[in-house]
Amino acid sequence: MPASAGSRKRGRLRSKLGVPDPLRRRWRAVPAPLRRPVLPVLVLVLAVLYPYYRGHLFKIPVLGTFPAMNTAVIMTVFAMMAVGLNIVVGYAGLLDLGYVAFYAMGAYTAAWFASPQFAAHNFTFGAVGVSPGVPGFHVSIWLLLILAGVFTAFVGVLIGLPTLRLRGDYLAIVTLGFGEIMPQIAKNGDNLFGTGFNLTGGPQGITPIDPPGFGSWIHRHVNALPDNYIAATNFDKLFFWTGLGLLLITVFCAVRLRDSRLGRAWVAIREDEIAAAAMGVPLMRTKTWAYATGAFFGGVAGCFYASYKTATFPDDFFFNISVFILCMVILGGMGNVWGVIVGACFLAYLDTEGIGNIGGWINEHFSGDSPKWAHVWASPIDIAKYSFGIYGMIILIVMLFRPQGLIPSARRQREFEEGVHDEPLYDASA
Amino acid sequence: MVAEARRPPFTWLSGRSLPSVVPLIGLLLVLLVLVWLGINLYKTPADFFTVLLFGLTNGAVYGLIALGYTLVYGILELINFAHGDVFMMGGMITATFVTSVFSLHDYPSATSLWPAVLVTLAVAMAGCALLNATVERIAYRPLRHAPRLAPLLTAIAMSFIIQNIGLAWKGPAYVSTPPVLSRGTIFSLGGVTYTWNKLIVLLITVPVLLGLVWLVQRTRQGKAMRAAAQDRDAAAMMGINVNRTISFTFLIAGALAGAAGLLYVLYFTNIRFDSGFQIGLIAFTAAVLGGIGNLTGAVLGAVLIGLIQAFNEGLSWHAPGSSWTQSIVFSILILILVFRPEGLLGEQTPEGA
Repeated sequence: MPASAGSRKRGRLRSKLGVPDPLRRRWRAVPAPLRRPVLPVLVLVLAVLYPYYRGHLFKIPVLGTFPAMNTAVIMTVFAMMAVGLNIVVGYAGLLDLGYVAFYAMGAYTAAWFASPQFAAHNFTFGAVGVSPGVPGFHVSIWLLLILAGVFTAFVGVLIGLPTLRLRGDYLAIVTLGFGEIMPQIAKNGDNLFGTGFNLTGGPQGITPIDPPGFGSWIHRHVNALPDNYIAATNFDKLFFWTGLGLLLITVFCAVRLRDSRLGRAWVAIREDEIAAAAMGVPLMRTKTWAYATGAFFGGVAGCFYASYKTATFPDDFFFNISVFILCMVILGGMGNVWGVIVGACFLAYLDTEGIGNIGGWINEHFSGDSPKWAHVWASPIDIAKYSFGIYGMIILIVMLFRPQGLIPSARRQREFEEGVHDEPLYDASA
Repeated sequence: MVAEARRPPFTWLSGRSLPSVVPLIGLLLVLLVLVWLGINLYKTPADFFTVLLFGLTNGAVYGLIALGYTLVYGILELINFAHGDVFMMGGMITATFVTSVFSLHDYPSATSLWPAVLVTLAVAMAGCALLNATVERIAYRPLRHAPRLAPLLTAIAMSFIIQNIGLAWKGPAYVSTPPVLSRGTIFSLGGVTYTWNKLIVLLITVPVLLGLVWLVQRTRQGKAMRAAAQDRDAAAMMGINVNRTISFTFLIAGALAGAAGLLYVLYFTNIRFDSGFQIGLIAFTAAVLGGIGNLTGAVLGAVLIGLIQAFNEGLSWHAPGSSWTQSIVFSILILILVFRPEGLLGEQTPEGA
C-alpha cells in the first residue's frame, strides 16, 4: 500500500543517515500524534526566532550571509504563493501559467482600498497610519487580506469557468493569456478606454499603500502589538512575523484541504480524469474549486506584499514571475506542501540575495582581476542578469533527472515513475 | 417534462447546454469587428488599405513561425514554447551577418544585397534547424513517456535558456541593423503605396511555404511525418523511425523559424533577446486560430492575426492602439479556445466540447 511503501523508503533513508538503531526504536515508540508535529513545530520555532539569532549566524561558503529580514519577508510571501499554486498544479494537476494574475489582483485590491488612489472618495474603515485629511479609500489591511483573497478567488472562478473544460496544455496557454492580459490592463489602466478614468495608476503604479497595524487603542493596552507597522522601529520583523502567520494559515488550509474529500477529488482528477468522472467526481466543480482556492492564497499573498512594499507596479506581474513561482513548486516537489515551501524559500532567497552573492563570489574568485582568469574573461559578469536562464536550467534539470522534485510527495513520485495513462499523446478517440 | 425537471441545477456550468448560445455570441463579436472595420474603411479608405498591406506582411512573418508551432504540435501534441526564441536566434544570426559579416550599409545595390541575403537565409535556417532539433533532443525526447506536464515545463525552461543565450550574446538592448531592403514604391494608388520591402517579404515567404507543402505532401519523409502525427505506434509498426521523423519535424520547424527571423530583422531592422517570446505567442495564437496541426490553417490564422494587429495599431477610428495589441491577441486566443478549440479550419480535436 502507498503509505507503507513511503514510510519504508523514509525508514531506509533514516538508517542511511546513521541514526543509531536504539534511538530510532525509542523514537518509534512515541505515539504518532505526538511524533508527527515535532519537526514542523521545531521548524516553526526556529523561523519565529529567526530575527533574534540571524546576526549571530555563520557565513554560508558561496552564498554569503543568511537572508536579511526583508528577504525573509519576501520568502514568506513567495512561499504563500507557491503553496497556493501547488493546490492548482500539485494537487489538481492543472498547469497554471498565469498565477501572477492572481497575485496582481490581490496587490491591486490592496492598492484600491488602502491608498489615496480614488481621491474623489473619502472612506476610512479601521485603517492605521493614514494622516488625517488624506483622501481615498482606506480600509484596514487585515480586512483587505480576506477581501483580496475572496475577490481574487472570484476572478479565479470567472477565469476558470469557461477555460477549465480545456485539457492540459490548452489550459496552460489560456492561463498564460490571462497572465499576460492582466499586467497590460494594469499598465494601460490609467486612462481606461480613453475615458480618463484612472484605475491602476498606469506604469507608475499605485503608491503609497497603507501598512497593516492594530491601531492606537490596542497598542495602548497591549504594547507588543504596534499601532502601525511602518512607524514601528522593528518594521521588518513585524512584517516577517505577520507573513509567517499568514503562511502558517495557508499551510494549515492546504494540508487540511489535501486530506479532505475535495482534496482527494483533486488528486483523483490529476491521476485519471476519466476514472474520476466515472466515480462521480464532478470535474468542473472540483477543478473550479482548485482554481478558486489557489487564487485565494495568491490574492492574500499579493495583498500582503503590496502592503509591505507600500506600492504596486504593473512590471511586477510579468510572465516571468508566474514561471518563477512554478519553478518553486517544481523544484520543491509538486504536491508536497513542505517541499514547495523549501523550494519557494530557496528560490526567493536566491532571487533577492543569493544570485547576487554568488555572482559576487564568482567575480571575486574568477574575474579578470585575478591573474589566473584574466585570459578567460576580463570584466566582471553580471550573474543576476541571467537569473531567469538559471531558473530555466533548474526546471530543465529537475524535470529531466528528478521530476518529482527535491522533497517529493510519495504519490506524485510514483506517477512520474510509472507514467500516467489518462492523457496519452494519441487519444483512442482521435 | 420529467426529464427536464430532473436535470441537475447548474448544468450550464459544465458547458453541456452552452453550444446553442456560443455560436451566436461568436458571430456577434465577429459582426462587431466587421462593422468597426467598415466604418474605418468608410472614414479613411487610404489608411485602411495601407494598414491592410502592413498586416499582410506581418502575417507572412507570423505564418512562418506559426507553421513551426503547428508542425510540432501536430506530431507531438506539445506547445513548443522555445520556438519563438529559436526564431529570435534566427533574427540574431541575421543581424550578425548583415552588420558584421557582410557589413551591409543602408540600401545596398542588388548585386551586393541578394547574395548576402541568400547566404544569411541559408545560415539562419540551418542554425535554427539545428538549434530546434537540439532542443528536442535535450528537453523533449527523454520525456516522451512522462506525463504531459513534463515536456511543457521543459519547453518553458528551454525558452528561458535560449532567451538568456541571446541576452548573453547580444546584450539587453535592441540589436538594430541598417535598412537593407529598398523602401522604394512599387505602385501608388489613391494614397496607398506598396513598397519593395513588403513585396520582398512575400517573395521569400511564398517559396518557403510552397517548399514546405511539397515536402509534407509529396515526399516520403513528409508521408512519414503525417503518419507519425496520426498515430505514432502504428507508424512505428509500419517501419517508420518515429524518433528520426520527430527530429526531422523539429529541423523543418526550426528552419522556418530561421527564415522568419531573417525576414523580421530585414523588415523591422531591430530585434531583442525577448522579442521571440512575445512574437512566438502571437504566432502560436495564429496557429490555434487557424486550427493547430493544420498547415493551411496556420497561414490563414497568421494572416488574420497580422491584419488584426495592423488594424488595431494603424486605424484611427476607435482603435485601441498598440499598447493593447498583446491583450487583444490573447483575448482572441482565449475566445477561440473557449468557443472553437478546433480553430477555423482544424478538425474536431478532443478539446472540442
